Amino acid sequence: MHEVRNTHAWQILRDRGVQFLIYASVLLISAVFIWILVDLIRGGIAHLSWEFLIEPPRDTGRAGGIAPILVSTLLILLVAVLTAVPIAWTTAILLAEFVAVDNAFGKAVRFSLHVLAGVPSIVFGLFGNAFFSIYLGLGFSILSGGLTLACMLLPILTSTAEAGLRTVPNTYRTSASALGLTRTAALIHLILPAAAPVLAAGLLLGIGRALAETAALLFTSGYVERMPDSLLDSGRALALHIFDLSMNVPGGDTPAYASSLVLVSLLLCINILAMKFAHGLQRRKIMT
Amino acid sequence: MIWSKRNILFPLKLTDSLLQGILRAGAVISALVMLLISLFLVVESWPVLGQISPVRFFTDTSWHPLEGAYQLMPILAGTLYASVGALLLAIPLGIASALFIVYYASPRLAKWYKRLVELLVGIPSVVFGFWGLTTLVPLINQLHPPGASLLAAILVLTLMILPTITLTAYSALMAVPAEFLRNAIALGISRWGMIQGVALPAAKNGITAGIILAAARALGETMAVLMVAGNVVQYPETFFDPVRTLAANIALETAYAMGDHRAVLFVSGLLLMLLVMVLSGIAGLLEKQRHA
Amino acid sequence: MSMSDSKKFLLVFITCFVLEFGGLACAYAASERLVLTGSSTVAPLVGEMARRFETMNPGVRIDVQTGGTSRGINDTRNGTADIGMVSRALKPDENGLHAFTIALDGISIILHANNRVTALSKQQIIDIYTGKITNWRSVGGADARITVVNKAEGRSTLELFLHYLELKNSQIKPHAIIGDNPQGIKTVAGNPNAIGYVSIGAAEYEAERGVPIKLLPLDGVDATIANVRNGTFPLSRPLNLITSREPQELARRFIEFARSLQTHDLVEAQYFVPVEVN
Repeated sequence: MHEVRNTHAWQILRDRGVQFLIYASVLLISAVFIWILVDLIRGGIAHLSWEFLIEPPRDTGRAGGIAPILVSTLLILLVAVLTAVPIAWTTAILLAEFVAVDNAFGKAVRFSLHVLAGVPSIVFGLFGNAFFSIYLGLGFSILSGGLTLACMLLPILTSTAEAGLRTVPNTYRTSASALGLTRTAALIHLILPAAAPVLAAGLLLGIGRALAETAALLFTSGYVERMPDSLLDSGRALALHIFDLSMNVPGGDTPAYASSLVLVSLLLCINILAMKFAHGLQRRKIMT
Repeated sequence: MIWSKRNILFPLKLTDSLLQGILRAGAVISALVMLLISLFLVVESWPVLGQISPVRFFTDTSWHPLEGAYQLMPILAGTLYASVGALLLAIPLGIASALFIVYYASPRLAKWYKRLVELLVGIPSVVFGFWGLTTLVPLINQLHPPGASLLAAILVLTLMILPTITLTAYSALMAVPAEFLRNAIALGISRWGMIQGVALPAAKNGITAGIILAAARALGETMAVLMVAGNVVQYPETFFDPVRTLAANIALETAYAMGDHRAVLFVSGLLLMLLVMVLSGIAGLLEKQRHA
Repeated sequence: MSMSDSKKFLLVFITCFVLEFGGLACAYAASERLVLTGSSTVAPLVGEMARRFETMNPGVRIDVQTGGTSRGINDTRNGTADIGMVSRALKPDENGLHAFTIALDGISIILHANNRVTALSKQQIIDIYTGKITNWRSVGGADARITVVNKAEGRSTLELFLHYLELKNSQIKPHAIIGDNPQGIKTVAGNPNAIGYVSIGAAEYEAERGVPIKLLPLDGVDATIANVRNGTFPLSRPLNLITSREPQELARRFIEFARSLQTHDLVEAQYFVPVEVN
């Protein structure tokens, strides 16, 4: 009896200890996160203004704003998304709707995308430099950078779209076929609209990924900080601008803080929006 | 929510077979991208793979590509130290976070904390690097110069892989059948006893998969490490020594590398890709096992 | 299908793809365009020159990218760049390239402005860079560990510095590796115990705007523009533009412009020494 009470007391002590450690870790992580955010806000908020967003950088970025950089970033994103989305979504539709799970072709495509998802971004940068910039002769351009990012986005866009299509209940497909709809018509009128929120969430996640990327753009889109005239001009992405300001510009910390603040706010908005879409899906899944 | 305003008889004669053709073309392109990347990495590495014996990556005296010396070991060591160090910190913190969300926090607190971790995912690596450079490096420099060091790299990497571990551990723990836990509670086992004896073993595969994914991310991370690690090619003796990682090496030197040097960098890119591929392959297998 | 045919096909395919889905009509390059890559020492100067050249010649676009002298030579050879920027004289084995000097520069040792040390002998610099001296106390400074900042390989500033010290890069024991000049200046400005070496032009430019660094004399000669100009500074170098063949049309016009009197004020504003070209 005595022994039992002892082990019981020890258990309570151990549980308290573990609980303390867990709360301490959580407190530590939250504190560091808030530390980072406060640092970014304190360092950048004073420099942030409307002018900062609409003016070109002067004096290698120490003064002026980030307008051409925002434009370049947008163009790189546009090229990446417009190239990756058609390929990724057709692939996803094929994998989810038209190919059996154990089909050899489907398996090969899925495996290839799974591997692609694991490739580090700097390796995409190497590939983009060798293939788009040098082999295809696109040089350091928004087009090279955008196409490199498109390769990077393929896996995430495909897997989210495939998952989204798979959550559409099978009753949609069986009812459509009972009504004599072709599979194409069922896809366009029923399944894609039903899966739209998840497709949008996946797209937003992809855009977020592309927006945050630096390493893959280092040797592909270059870092000319002027307003691009065409897609064949080099353009500096926002993430690369932060890198350049913090590494290469003495006295560039303040604009780097301000640019980081812009980038992080953009990414937070995109991620929150993506989460909203994904939540909508879950709610609907419960209702149907 | 269903848009059926358009005529069911689609104006363009998009037949099932035509559609399938288009879809197949898209899928073929997706599959080819990976082949194309592998092909180009191999082609660009070929001058070195064909001529220089790979043994030289381990036997050359140092990494001085312009003097024709290609010793990769210190860089590999730096990569491993930084990744392993970050994992050692991030695994307990990440699992603790997941346990907090699932078993300890009130639903409200759990929701907020989970959202915070999800937002942590959204911070780009260059911002982590910048923060490390302006905040961590000067702090470490006061402790022990030069500041840009293995320690700085480990700390920044920890922050970056923490969310991966937390979120995968969270979903693995949520997938543990509730009856397991109810049975444990019915037996009068304490909370930690239940977690240790029932929840963690049941979620083991999922958590391990997450850790391996995090390891892959740490190995491949470039910008943040490049900005805070000091980038000196050497075996670090203490945590305060600067190191260079494989990915940072590529980022630092590709800009001006030519000939054999460029080829060696592509070899290290190939190496990095293979390493990460093996890791994500293992993680995939574990995931599959979990669902089976 | 020949190699170049298949390349063209791929290019056309990809461009179509982008145009089709984006409806982006802006995929046409500016009518006349020059790409320059190379030395980070030369790039800020050429960037200023390019801006002036563009305003004088509407419709012309000149892109300037850094990456180091070796990359400038590499890109010029493989055609990625029309003109390379090289911050040293061409070596005898770099034949087939045409070099045009646009300015002179020197390389100087820099310390943090608060460092008590005001001069270092050549031997002391060698000892610091090879790890024989590790504390500022040994050379008359405060009791603090020296942080040795070295440049990444492929940078001509590194090559010339090593040549001056008669060292090989493998003998150097650095604590931090940096890429471009400004990164070196930033590293030293942020660490009171660091020692680095950068282009005199870049260092004076930053020091004038209040960045806390100071330039040390070499062999007793002050690191100033005047001493680079009169040839007494021991570590001087020409800043060159290079082309893979005799420059034509736009490239020729730009190089002539860069060497003309019209840009001397820009050269001096960047703390370099203009060259007299007849």
